[in-house]
Amino acid sequence: MANLTLGLKNVRGLRFERLPAPFWVRVAIPFIAILLAFLLTSVLVLMAGANPLEAFYYLLIEPLTTRVGALEVLVKATPLILTGLAVLVAFAGGYFNIGAEGQFYAGAVAAAWLGVAFKGLPPLVAIPIILLAGFLAGALWALGPALLKVYFAVDEVVTTLLLNSVMVLGVSGLLTGPWQDPGGWARTPLISDALRLPRLAPPSRLRAGIIIGVVLMVALWFILNRTAFGLKLRAIGLGPKAARFMGIHVTRTLLTAALVSGAIAGLAGAAEILGLQGRLSSQTLELGYGYSGIVVAMLGGLTAFGVGAAALFIALVENGALSLSQALGVPQYLGDVVQATILLTMLASLLLTNYRLRWR
Amino acid sequence: MNHPGLPAVEMRNITKRFGSLIANDGINFTLAEGQIHALLGENGAGKSTLSKILYGLYQPDEGEIRIRNQPVHLASPADAIAIGIGMVTQHFSLVPTFTVAENIILGLNNGLSLDRRQATARIGEIAARYGLRIDPSALVRSLAVGEQQRVEILKALYRNCRVLILDEPTAVLTPQESGALFAELKTLVRQGLSVIFISHKLEEVIDHCDMVTVLRDGRVVATEPVSGTSAALLARQMVGRDMNTPSREPNARGEPVLCVENLSLKDKRGVMLLQNVNLTIHAGEIVGVAGVAGNGQRELSEVLSGLQRASSGRFTVNDTDLTNADAARMARSGVGRIPEDRLQGIVGYLSVALNLALEYLDDYTHFGTLDQRAIQDNAEKLIAQYQIKALPGDQARRLSGGNIQKIILARTLSRNPVLILAAQPTRGLDVGATEYVHDRLREQRQRGAAILLVSEDLDEILKLSDRVVVMHAGQIMGDLPVEQATIERLGLLMGGLKEEAAHG
Repeated sequence: MANLTLGLKNVRGLRFERLPAPFWVRVAIPFIAILLAFLLTSVLVLMAGANPLEAFYYLLIEPLTTRVGALEVLVKATPLILTGLAVLVAFAGGYFNIGAEGQFYAGAVAAAWLGVAFKGLPPLVAIPIILLAGFLAGALWALGPALLKVYFAVDEVVTTLLLNSVMVLGVSGLLTGPWQDPGGWARTPLISDALRLPRLAPPSRLRAGIIIGVVLMVALWFILNRTAFGLKLRAIGLGPKAARFMGIHVTRTLLTAALVSGAIAGLAGAAEILGLQGRLSSQTLELGYGYSGIVVAMLGGLTAFGVGAAALFIALVENGALSLSQALGVPQYLGDVVQATILLTMLASLLLTNYRLRWR
Repeated sequence: MNHPGLPAVEMRNITKRFGSLIANDGINFTLAEGQIHALLGENGAGKSTLSKILYGLYQPDEGEIRIRNQPVHLASPADAIAIGIGMVTQHFSLVPTFTVAENIILGLNNGLSLDRRQATARIGEIAARYGLRIDPSALVRSLAVGEQQRVEILKALYRNCRVLILDEPTAVLTPQESGALFAELKTLVRQGLSVIFISHKLEEVIDHCDMVTVLRDGRVVATEPVSGTSAALLARQMVGRDMNTPSREPNARGEPVLCVENLSLKDKRGVMLLQNVNLTIHAGEIVGVAGVAGNGQRELSEVLSGLQRASSGRFTVNDTDLTNADAARMARSGVGRIPEDRLQGIVGYLSVALNLALEYLDDYTHFGTLDQRAIQDNAEKLIAQYQIKALPGDQARRLSGGNIQKIILARTLSRNPVLILAAQPTRGLDVGATEYVHDRLREQRQRGAAILLVSEDLDEILKLSDRVVVMHAGQIMGDLPVEQATIERLGLLMGGLKEEAAHG
């Protein structure tokens, strides 16, 4: 995203200089960001009649005080890790895939359909096939924009973004049309428990999807940092002209990255259907995990382990925002505002780990 | 067409420094009313700086500008425009989706209302008076480059300009469009306008200008009426300097390595950027490509490097056809490439070690996995051997230009390439780094590599090359052994005058 930040250069004598911050600043940054968000939102919290300190306790700490609560953070983090990794693969090569949202639902549709169709098949056969189908469905949905980008230089931000609406409205049509529940609900039948991803720690809702996420996270770290493909991909992202000059096959590499990105997003959708959701419904369409994946990837500094950390953090504040509004009796929107403010200050301060703000 | 009236522009003793570089050094320049006055010079001679000073883009450190005998201070282009000076650069400032008329009145109207009809009428009137054929309601997007240039000229005339500066106006034009431009300029000066015509093309100056001022290294070498000079004289004045071709170790030239046959490159509009280029380079030979910037040298090295596809023709390296081979195949076939823009030769955000390995990554990979040890060893070896001031783990972009160039040299030359394509290998480097690059290239010549050296620095070319090839307008104008490459000949060839050079 180098070009996005470079756009900030030189506004009224203020400019960013690219210079990594010393180590202690990097460590302190998340805490500074939280403090900043606290100061920014405490006025709102006070106006809602609550104690800001208490509010931040419920937001950041309370969810971790119980075993179920902590596991619930992992439940929330599962799709976020996966979509974050999906976005990471594409962004690492400078391919700005904004379409993880649509690719997520492509995978979700495949899983919702096969999950019902494969009823009665042995789980060890059916589950891998369903996940693979989600993987392929995501790649398929990413194929068009990727081909347009590498062969005709059509901007991928626009095409992937537009396809999100196509997918979401398409699924919506499916759920209110052919796939409508006989009772009139816009939802598919519940997938039998045998074909869903196994629970890891009953009674918690945590399922094996988190393991897929962690394994993929390690795998992507290895691919990006220790393989020729990963190095070539990063070289393209960091310097497309130089990469081409040095004989890297830009077309082939970017095409691969774009498809893998879509595939992981599709896998995220399938894992969410076979995991927490159990079915595709009109509520599923409001989750927005594909878009959250962009935030996760950026917050994670476009590194694999960073994505893991960012997914956990976002899952924490999402759950915290809920517990905050419930415990203090303030509107749920307040939790959302606090959560959004934290993300903004976090992203803004991360910018400062790589840039120094200079005046004149 | 000489009107000995008041000078339209007088620039006295203009000096402009950029840091330690003196771009204009006490320049005196007088433009008579109703004349086309050429500013002739090589790249970096100071033509552009002088014209930018007159257009208010730069302020001179010393000197005085007088317009019709009145001293003026030009703090910005707005001042210059107000006083009747207009400039057309090579890069047009037009909004493609606006009409001709909208582009012309853009930025002029201060009120809220926009009287398009009146503006269009006035544009039509001006266009008719000066014989500039254009449809004011046409979208700029739909116009050819020559017509867009006409819009730029109209824009200046609409702002009542009396002095028009044209910065290398024919560089972007087809020959037909150039012909039309000169016809239009004749009409303009008949109406009393004065034109400053910046160029490096001798023929254009001789055929179409009244006066010529030759600049070299920021100084005026000569100001004279075109009728009293010749292409040969101008060429010598433009290029002339003390040049001693240093004696070089004799080197038995070997077998042909690079053979270029009828290589041509057309751009989207059909303009020939390269036209039937034929060139052979033998083992143990350095061939220098000289020419004023923008005459096809870059395109030649890009096509040979596998960065652009040739429109026709072919080239072989050691009898292997590499026409339109991609960069990876070039590298594997023993072609060492040093890019014109050295930042294109490295990925700045990656480490020095990775940059030293990236071009030949297959050699540092086992089953798709990077061999960290081999990458590190290679980096340590090359850093020591090529005296790169960096650690393997440093980000490449933090290095100085000279050290970045060393990374590229180390990566390329350590492979013992049979052919080396060196495009502007010392541009922007300090003396020490330049010497270093020259030494490495000489070493490679001794080793028996065939070397193509593209440079805008004539001294460099004469210092290193065994043969000199001069390019003009995408064509090779001459191919001389360095002993026969006299200043005058090179100047004429660079100016596009083949016949005169043959007699010189």
